Amino acid sequence: MSGHSQYKPKSNFAKWLERRLPILSFMYDSFVAYPTPKNLNYLWTFGAILSFMLVAQIITGVVLAMHYTPEVTLAFNSVENIMRDVNWGWALRYAHANGASMFFLAVYIHIFRGMYYGSYKEPRELLWILGVVIFMVMMATGFLGYVLPWGQMSFWAATVITNLFSALPWVGPSITTWLLGGYSVDNATLNRFFALHYLLPFIIVAIVALHVWALHVTGQNNPTGVEVKDLKKDTVPFTPYATMKDGFAIGVFVILYAWMTFFVPNYLGHPDNYIEANPLVTPPHIVPEWYFLPFYAILRAIPNKLLGVIALFLSILIVAALPWLDTSKVKSGTYRPLFRKFYWAFVAVSIGLGYLGSQPAEGAYLWIARLLTFYYFFHFLVILPLLGRREKPDPLPKSISEATANRGASHA
Amino acid sequence: MKGDHSSTPHNPSRRDILTLATSAGAVTAVGGVAWPLIAQMNPDASALALASTEVDVSTVPEGQIITVKWRGKPVFIRHRTEKEIKDAQAVSLTELPDPESDDKRVQKPQWLVVIGICTHLGCIPTGKEGEYDGWFCPCHGSSYDVSGRIRQGPAPNNLEVPNYTFVSDTKIKIG
Repeated sequence: MSGHSQYKPKSNFAKWLERRLPILSFMYDSFVAYPTPKNLNYLWTFGAILSFMLVAQIITGVVLAMHYTPEVTLAFNSVENIMRDVNWGWALRYAHANGASMFFLAVYIHIFRGMYYGSYKEPRELLWILGVVIFMVMMATGFLGYVLPWGQMSFWAATVITNLFSALPWVGPSITTWLLGGYSVDNATLNRFFALHYLLPFIIVAIVALHVWALHVTGQNNPTGVEVKDLKKDTVPFTPYATMKDGFAIGVFVILYAWMTFFVPNYLGHPDNYIEANPLVTPPHIVPEWYFLPFYAILRAIPNKLLGVIALFLSILIVAALPWLDTSKVKSGTYRPLFRKFYWAFVAVSIGLGYLGSQPAEGAYLWIARLLTFYYFFHFLVILPLLGRREKPDPLPKSISEATANRGASHA
Repeated sequence: MKGDHSSTPHNPSRRDILTLATSAGAVTAVGGVAWPLIAQMNPDASALALASTEVDVSTVPEGQIITVKWRGKPVFIRHRTEKEIKDAQAVSLTELPDPESDDKRVQKPQWLVVIGICTHLGCIPTGKEGEYDGWFCPCHGSSYDVSGRIRQGPAPNNLEVPNYTFVSDTKIKIG
């Protein structure tokens, strides 16, 4: 966003390095001098929180891998060994398992923030799509990791998810056999799931680098949705303003994370996963982890196997099409009174689907799930395109500095 | 391009031919390298060799279901009663989501052999439950009858019948 680097190397070593690899000026421009809109609220700290969680998951994951054994007769016991015998193993495993939940909590807030403030709109479409790709790889990583403890929920989650592919006509069964490395979830499956679970976080790191790169090209969106016009008036430098705010937000988030890890470490888990995997008995009520529940509800709402699987995948992919489905020129929900109502209805529907995903798929639950599934797609495919054409938005401020000046005046 | 080096669709230059041949070679090489990387994920010969199981059913009394493991999957062998056989044969094909008559699904009417995996998403149904006293899948509520045919719920197909032969009157070889 800014022009030529303002960075001036001082020491001789910095000068030597700068001539050969300008990494210091790159870091300076990206994380010190980088101009951030001065009106960012705390919802904009979730990018930093997510970066923190990614690093936390990789560090706890790498050390857990030093004690885990990906073999069907040993996996369950190796996890119990981590819990009981390995020094601090219980803390590391609880931090990793709850870390996944905290990671998804943060990513959902991050996504819904983007939806409210129109962060996906021109010129940030690619930034948004990269975000959706990161989300999908996160989902794959979360699922693969959940299989590793080799409990009953692990085993049957692996069975149900790999069987989603069997719904494809003609090639489905062979693809499922190929994914499993056999005719059922077995040692070959566990082994490859471990290898992929270790690989994917580093793929996420790479896509996050692209995501941040794209962000630094277009600049951040902000609560007014009005682009930065004057760097001097509308922005403040990343350091100390954003670094301090992000640091504080991470601190608050970690309090919640630590509380989950140390006080209710199994609250989000399922007791069945402390029973070793048994390929001959399915637990009576299988449910995925909480962060997959809305999508699980959509899968079950559709009474046809193939169409259910298609709806499941579409419900995620459709988010990537948002930049073209939302036709409004106004970015921020703050200036779109009608959009705001539908936005909150959509949030309620998503949470409602999550609740229904945790309930048995029968009777009234099933019918409400069908209704909400319909509304989920209706929101994207009908409401958003029409709203942009019909709605009369509130007047926009001319610039970020004008918006913040007015806010100050109203308080005075 | 000029003179001797110019190429037309009818008269390709030497460079065009070299480019095409090199590209074709590169594509073949990439495919050749990708093949083992993809094929390693499929079950190997040792897994395929374990693909058959022999079961002695002489000790299974009438009305009972046993579960045996074949290719890591459960197979249900059900010794059906006279009444169950009659019920299964009496069903009209028009009532069935996946129409298949009972005699096509069994070799001897008193023995039903099916893979015990719900055709919806792979859970294991529980025996003698559900509205049709066949099997009921606890995951998403599919009901099967005493012929293992889907009657109600999200599963698209009947329980699969594996390849099997009666080696003797009381011995079944699956696979």
